[in-house]
Amino acid sequence: MKLKSLSITALLAALSFNLQAAGRDYIYVVGSSTVYPFTTTVAERFGKSTAFPTPKVESTGTGGGMKLFCAGIGVQHPDLSNASRRIKKSEFENCRKHGVKDIVEIKIGYDGIVLAYSRKPPQPWTLTRRQIFLALAKEVPDPRNPGKLIANPYKQWNEIDASLPAIAIKAYGPPPTSGTRDAFVELAMEGGCKTFDWIKALKKEDKHRYKSICHAIREDGAYVEAGENDNLIVQKLEADPNALGIFGFSFLDQNIDKINGARIDGIEPTFGNIAEGTYPVSRPLFIYVKKAHVGLIPGIPQFLDEYTSEKAWGDEGYLADKGLIPMPQEEREKYRKIAIELIPLQSL
Amino acid sequence: MNSDAPQTLDIVQAGLAKRRRRETRFRWYGRTAILLAMTFLALLLANILGRGFSAFQQTYIALDVYLPPGELSPPTPQHLAKVDFEGLIKQTLRRSFPDVRKRRQKRALYRLVSSGSAYELRDWVMEHPEQIGKTVTVWLPAGADVDMYMKGSVDTSVPEAQRRLKDYQIHWLERLKREQRLALRFNKIFFLNGDSREPEQAGILVALKGSLYMMIVTLALSFPLGIAAAIYLEEFAPKKNFWVDMIEININNLAAVPSIVFGLLGLAVFLGYFGLPRSTPLVGGLTLTLMTLPTVIIASRAALTAVPPSIREAALGIGASRMQTVFHHVLPLAMPGMLTGAIIGMARALGETAPLLMIGMVAFIVDPPQGFLDPATALPVQIYLWADSPERGFVERTSAAIIVLLVFLGLMNLLAVLLRRRLERRW
Repeated sequence: MKLKSLSITALLAALSFNLQAAGRDYIYVVGSSTVYPFTTTVAERFGKSTAFPTPKVESTGTGGGMKLFCAGIGVQHPDLSNASRRIKKSEFENCRKHGVKDIVEIKIGYDGIVLAYSRKPPQPWTLTRRQIFLALAKEVPDPRNPGKLIANPYKQWNEIDASLPAIAIKAYGPPPTSGTRDAFVELAMEGGCKTFDWIKALKKEDKHRYKSICHAIREDGAYVEAGENDNLIVQKLEADPNALGIFGFSFLDQNIDKINGARIDGIEPTFGNIAEGTYPVSRPLFIYVKKAHVGLIPGIPQFLDEYTSEKAWGDEGYLADKGLIPMPQEEREKYRKIAIELIPLQSL
Repeated sequence: MNSDAPQTLDIVQAGLAKRRRRETRFRWYGRTAILLAMTFLALLLANILGRGFSAFQQTYIALDVYLPPGELSPPTPQHLAKVDFEGLIKQTLRRSFPDVRKRRQKRALYRLVSSGSAYELRDWVMEHPEQIGKTVTVWLPAGADVDMYMKGSVDTSVPEAQRRLKDYQIHWLERLKREQRLALRFNKIFFLNGDSREPEQAGILVALKGSLYMMIVTLALSFPLGIAAAIYLEEFAPKKNFWVDMIEININNLAAVPSIVFGLLGLAVFLGYFGLPRSTPLVGGLTLTLMTLPTVIIASRAALTAVPPSIREAALGIGASRMQTVFHHVLPLAMPGMLTGAIIGMARALGETAPLLMIGMVAFIVDPPQGFLDPATALPVQIYLWADSPERGFVERTSAAIIVLLVFLGLMNLLAVLLRRRLERRW
């Protein structure tokens, strides 16, 4: 037994030595599950239309992807990372610490987060961010004494505002590990939270406290964590016409015959409104490139060329068909230049 | 004798009705339990089959494509790779529907055929170079929306604004149907392609091959190791030894450890310490070996214990050494049980997802793996990935992949049963 396990260890060690010397001829991408559909679309087209192998795209989540991306330089580490938010200062420093010095940041477009509902109820939902905050926050200002916080007392929408229907508050949404959840909390919840003047003032005095008020979602059952599977939320909405569901715009786009997106601050979540930036709950999506790998792994410049071409991320490109909201023309030109010339991110 | 005292028989008879009722009740509990279990199983299977069966068919569109000799010659692979076949298809579509003028409608028109059909056309031309210069009728895979319409998953009664497929598109499709240019055919793409972003181009080949390679690694490692460990522990290890007891307890506990823990172990040891490449069947197989090994050891030990001691005693009695006794007499008799245990362990490993998530097999991989060191996914992981995709066409493909996985699991279990039936000996 001992001899056997020893020889297996030796075999594995020899194998791994060979592998590291052998290298890798395909591009390796990790990161956000929100950007995954877009990067995979480009990867597939790239693999079919060029002589390079199809890149491997792993769905690890933004944070997990950054950890792998920043682990070092070399064939065993990824070349690109998808992110549904900007790289954090801590991640940037972690990268530098491991020798990943030149990182190219490319914004690829926008994603809208929608509050969707079944097509069955007759009355369309119109919400403000303040109402969303009041409905879903853990603690809200006391209606009788607005300077004080109380545990969220609202059970039905009409308790928040008489114009809203008299049905129980119930929203299906992503768990805290999700980038969609981060963005929803930051854009919708915090956006509503800021409409209370004293909380807004708190941002300067006690940032920590401000965040804990604005970013905490209630845990008494009104917000149901539905896992990372957005198709499941769509099915739940069909079954429960009184519930709302929180997910990315592409799921609304694909299921438009079953569900509808709530107007937020009077703006309907449509492709045009998100692209123009009038829909309030939308976020930018990024890819990050390790410049040191450009000579090491074949095809990275060509892949970036494909990604940033008009036929991919343009107004009528194939990524738009997949639900990515394109950037305005000037922004596209700016980031294409960064991608082609591989201009690294200097600091955050 | 005291005749007043109750006879044993009387006591028995007094309680008999109650006991019989109890027994009948218990039988009904059992039947209800089985009935409930069967209902759930039937519901699950009906649901998956109902949803997934349509994925084994795919809509094809017949297009009369003109193959211009100027652009297409010479028909060498190098030259054809550069030809704009997408343009050829778009041209054909524009010619078939000359009244489509608006930009938006044109885009919808191009989406009638799958975005992968340009590559299909390229391959077709490569096989039939003699057709260049002619107008040929080629059957190309249709786009996902068309496919859904042909399979009846588009509800035309809802208002047009709420549909992905607009009235004018349905109008085109009805015309194509009348001209018999739309047909449902066996979906060979599903078995011959790797993953794709377009549901109509997505297939399970990468996942199937990945699962197969992983099973080979797992079987090659866990079966010999498991049997060797079982033989040693059962036949040679000193009894009532503290360390042997410790090992035994640990093996039994390992069999009950949640599989994700083995994934973390694989991540730390194989990827972290040995630096093996992520997402490869080799690492997947090694991780699954860790998981199946305790199961194989336990099953093999049970098979060895089932061999009657008289066999061992007889062999030892005529002068065989302990090793000869084990390898010539005990092991052949225990083999069927060991094989069954190994196959059931492998079936469990085939359906495992959690440990594979940790070692990077949740990836988008288009090119089928050529060996143990090429990146691959596995069947259950592919199901997980598709279940999370927004495109409607992936719903049926998810269920179809589940059907394929269930077929393989069923076959493996059937093999285990057959082996047991054929080889087992009773005393």
